Amino acid sequence: MMHGPISILPLVLDHIGYSAGGNAIIRDLSLELRARACTVILGPNGAGKSVLLRLCHGLLQPTEGEIRWSGAQPEKHQAMVFQRPVMLRRSALANIRYALKRAGVPRAERLKRALDALCAVGLEKLADRPARVLSGGEQQRVALARAWALRPDVLFLDEPTSSLDPAATRAIEEIITAIRDSGTKVIMTTHDLGQARRLADDVVFLHCGRLIEHTEAATFFERPVSSEAATYLRGELLV
Amino acid sequence: MNRRSLLGLLAAVFALLSLPAAAEEKFIVVASTTSTEQSGLFSYLLPAFKAKTGIDVRVVALGTGQALDVARRGDADVVFVHDRDAELKFLNEGYGVDRREVMYNDFVLVGPKSDPAKIGGTKDIVAALKKIAESKAPFASRGDRSGTNAAELRLWKVAGIDPESGKGSWYRETGSGMGPTLNTSAAMDAYALTDRGTWISFKNRRDLVISVEGDQRLFNQYGVMLVNPAKHPHVKKELGMAFVEWVTSPDGQKTIADYKIDGEQLFFPNYKRSGT
Amino acid sequence: MLTGAGLGDISAAFGAALGMLAALDPRLLQIIGLSLEVSLSAVAIATLVGLPAGALLALTRFPGRAGVVALLNSLMGLPPVVVGLVVYLALSRAGPLGTLGLLFTPAAMVIAQTILIAPIVAALARQVIEDAWREYEEQLRSLRAHLADSVWTLIWDTRFSLVTVVLAGLGRAAAEVGAVMIVGGNIDGVTRVMTTTIALETSKGDLPLALGLGIVLIAIVVLLNVAAYVIKETAQRRYG
Repeated sequence: MMHGPISILPLVLDHIGYSAGGNAIIRDLSLELRARACTVILGPNGAGKSVLLRLCHGLLQPTEGEIRWSGAQPEKHQAMVFQRPVMLRRSALANIRYALKRAGVPRAERLKRALDALCAVGLEKLADRPARVLSGGEQQRVALARAWALRPDVLFLDEPTSSLDPAATRAIEEIITAIRDSGTKVIMTTHDLGQARRLADDVVFLHCGRLIEHTEAATFFERPVSSEAATYLRGELLV
Repeated sequence: MNRRSLLGLLAAVFALLSLPAAAEEKFIVVASTTSTEQSGLFSYLLPAFKAKTGIDVRVVALGTGQALDVARRGDADVVFVHDRDAELKFLNEGYGVDRREVMYNDFVLVGPKSDPAKIGGTKDIVAALKKIAESKAPFASRGDRSGTNAAELRLWKVAGIDPESGKGSWYRETGSGMGPTLNTSAAMDAYALTDRGTWISFKNRRDLVISVEGDQRLFNQYGVMLVNPAKHPHVKKELGMAFVEWVTSPDGQKTIADYKIDGEQLFFPNYKRSGT
Repeated sequence: MLTGAGLGDISAAFGAALGMLAALDPRLLQIIGLSLEVSLSAVAIATLVGLPAGALLALTRFPGRAGVVALLNSLMGLPPVVVGLVVYLALSRAGPLGTLGLLFTPAAMVIAQTILIAPIVAALARQVIEDAWREYEEQLRSLRAHLADSVWTLIWDTRFSLVTVVLAGLGRAAAEVGAVMIVGGNIDGVTRVMTTTIALETSKGDLPLALGLGIVLIAIVVLLNVAAYVIKETAQRRYG
């Protein structure tokens, strides 16, 4: 799985909606995400950020509308990292090799790619350590290595540093930046505005399940188009 | 522990599983009674039979009624029980062939030393049962369709008493084997009818002693039969008949007589060639 | 009914138990060996069948699933004597599987105990794996793992908790007497196991001996559990 010439981007969301238990969580949302570096999805709690991520990644199916990728077999060229890293009960290295095996990478290649990924996140010394005894920050780094080893076209991250301390957060942000620089499209949610400012190239702002605006990062943080975004950026509660 | 060694372990378990039961090809299943087995006779008799013939005997010990039912279903090759009426019924229904009377032992009436029914030292079992019924002294019955139970009910009938009338007060049916029934009698200070063999080996007597013995009507006849191969073709006819022949042979009969507990002979061989 | 066991009997029982073990009485060893063989075999088969079944049930959604889960949970309480009776009728010469000639053999006992334990293993495994699935589901689906993949991955990852599940099944098997008595026939030297021996000695009125055997049986089961617990704890500390 390499960044082939045929990417699965752009991703087009065409009037999608998602309801569960009688509640509409995402309403009439249309969005296009191109192969530009890092898209951050912002919005108050309950805005539907995490749900939107899961809809894009295919963990949920939209109840209305359509999601369209480009290229062939889009589900094979994505990866996702969650707020709480899910480590299998085996070594850090084995966790990555597991993902590579599921992706159909031939056995001979798996070990090398897994080791490379661990080195890239600075954890080569912990390769044989049981993943579940690692610290939260280390586990999240393994999760990122696991995703990166798959060389996805798109990497989804759902509040990847919410559970981590500042030192670990910085390490994660550096890795995310490196992944973005290597050509992978990053789509992430966060409620940390500072992090958003540090990492975003463009911002998708949600409120009550609707898309309020999709703006270049620089513009968004200085002069957002919508009043809701302005309220949010001022640190006020947006109801 | 990786996947490969796990599979290896499971394979080993499967191999182990195929071990049981395949070992001895030369064996028969004999359906007999719990009281016979608990008397220890089989532990004495069967090794002698095996030494002579090389045939392993697997005894399934149940109540007489159950033993005959097992044989009716074809799950045994030979029956060895002690209830003449039930055996003849079995024979006449065509489930058994060549019934031979093998040996007899006797029943005894046991009861509390204090003798609440005032039986005294009588040798008359029927009189004793009448006294028990009159005084409403507690009596523990097996109530389980066993040969012993059948004998007990026959004696009540001879005495002209319907023990069911005492059900719930002095006549207590345990629905279980001889041992548990004796346990119950010991605990309740009740009278009970038991075969002598079980009584001799029974260790939990507390205050129970023999109240009546020696009455001719207390004799308990054993019969042996081959399960009818015409009804159940898989029955091991030759091996089963070898057993029937042996227990009724002079050698087998002597072995039966030689079996003693505490120096006491329990079973009295009485096979007569002309008998049924 | 069994009021004969006073303090004297209980100390006699301990004495009997220790004496038998110390003497390594060959008949006792044969009975213990057979008990372990039957119950361990039954547990092995029940685990092979029950674990994947429980895992599949944990990972799938289908109409009526709640009913299946409830049914499986209630099958944990199958009365051994009823299972014994049903297996007896099936394996009897007069029954559908009579030609196999399995009645009154250890194989029949293994069959009966497997039927008893498989629901226990499956139901408890389902619970363990369903709890783990809550944590693992999204990540495994993100990695595009197929159902079969996820089943084995979860079984492997919950292996320490599953050891406890298997032990629960083993305990049930080793302790039951109703099923093995009926389908085995308690034949001396062939199908006589610890529990049926205890029942026999009790009915013969030899209570100290029966108690002694009971102590031996409990000791064996406790030993197995302690060993498994120690293995589980050390492994868990290593693997997290």
